[in-house]
Amino acid sequence: MCTYLTEKVDVDGSGKGATGWFGASEATVYVDHPVHAPYGHTVNIDVLNPALGPSARVALELTEETALALAEAIHRAVASAPAGLASKNQSV
Amino acid sequence: MTTLSADAIRAETITIAGHGGDEIEAYRAVPLAPGSRGGVVWIHHMPGYDRETKEFVRRLAVAGYNAVCPNLYSREAPGADPDDAAATVRAAGGVPDDRLVGDVAGAAEYLGGLDGANGKTGVIGHCSGGRQAFLAACSLKLDAAVDCYGAFVAEDPPDGMPASMKPILGLAPDLSCPLLGLFGIEDRYPSPEAVAKLDAELTRLGKSHEFHSYEGAGHSFFSVDRPAYRVEAALDGWRRISDFFTKHLEG
Repeated sequence: MCTYLTEKVDVDGSGKGATGWFGASEATVYVDHPVHAPYGHTVNIDVLNPALGPSARVALELTEETALALAEAIHRAVASAPAGLASKNQSV
Repeated sequence: MTTLSADAIRAETITIAGHGGDEIEAYRAVPLAPGSRGGVVWIHHMPGYDRETKEFVRRLAVAGYNAVCPNLYSREAPGADPDDAAATVRAAGGVPDDRLVGDVAGAAEYLGGLDGANGKTGVIGHCSGGRQAFLAACSLKLDAAVDCYGAFVAEDPPDGMPASMKPILGLAPDLSCPLLGLFGIEDRYPSPEAVAKLDAELTRLGKSHEFHSYEGAGHSFFSVDRPAYRVEAALDGWRRISDFFTKHLEG
């Protein structure tokens, strides 16, 4: 099945893709066929900067269990640090 | 003088005129031996214009057809890796139906201009390309069409899908050629119910079609590089594709 359904979110930060580090501007999350993971469907996460072209992309293909575990780990990591430490409005 | 064998082919990336006259990338494979030949437009699946799709194109050339696969993502992602191109186009909402039809029309026109072209043209696609093969066959004058597990032809898509991904069963009265449909019974999109709905509508309209649904197979059963590959379904499917194109494209 091709679900086509894509969640899109603006992001602020950087990612490292096939051509090196780049400034990321958005991320997409969708359930569909993976290119590489050995499953019929996976949760696919792309961190992108469309202004830099299609190759400015960090790609993940995860089972739903591990994708959800990753999401929870992100919440735990942020919660364990002082509030605002990694915020856009942080003091440097 | 060396005689060219029947399986001698030339395969390469070319540029063709697509929808609106846009220059788009395409992959073609053609037999080298002279002869009268039908043409086939291969519509790649949603994951893109990838190595496995190009292998399908070469297989058709070895079988005696002039074959070409337009890169449907050529505009948004020229020269990009197929997976990066697919991600880019997905994020942009997918390939519009009218552009798809224009690109297939351009590919068919290209095939018609090749030496030995017999004037007969078929279209085939898998996954999203299956839906698009049906769309093309309802929009253009073609001689044969193969829909391999294309979803959202007869059924409504789930909520949240792009507006472009609408059912196209209403186009069925315009189907211009015989249709071969190959499906997996375990597929959810298209489900056996959706396949039955398309089958019934084509029967009601008196449209020539031949559907086969395979036990133990789901979506993507032709994909040799994916766990969904089902050897028995794929082998029988290829046999039916071969018979279908022989019947409708040779001469």
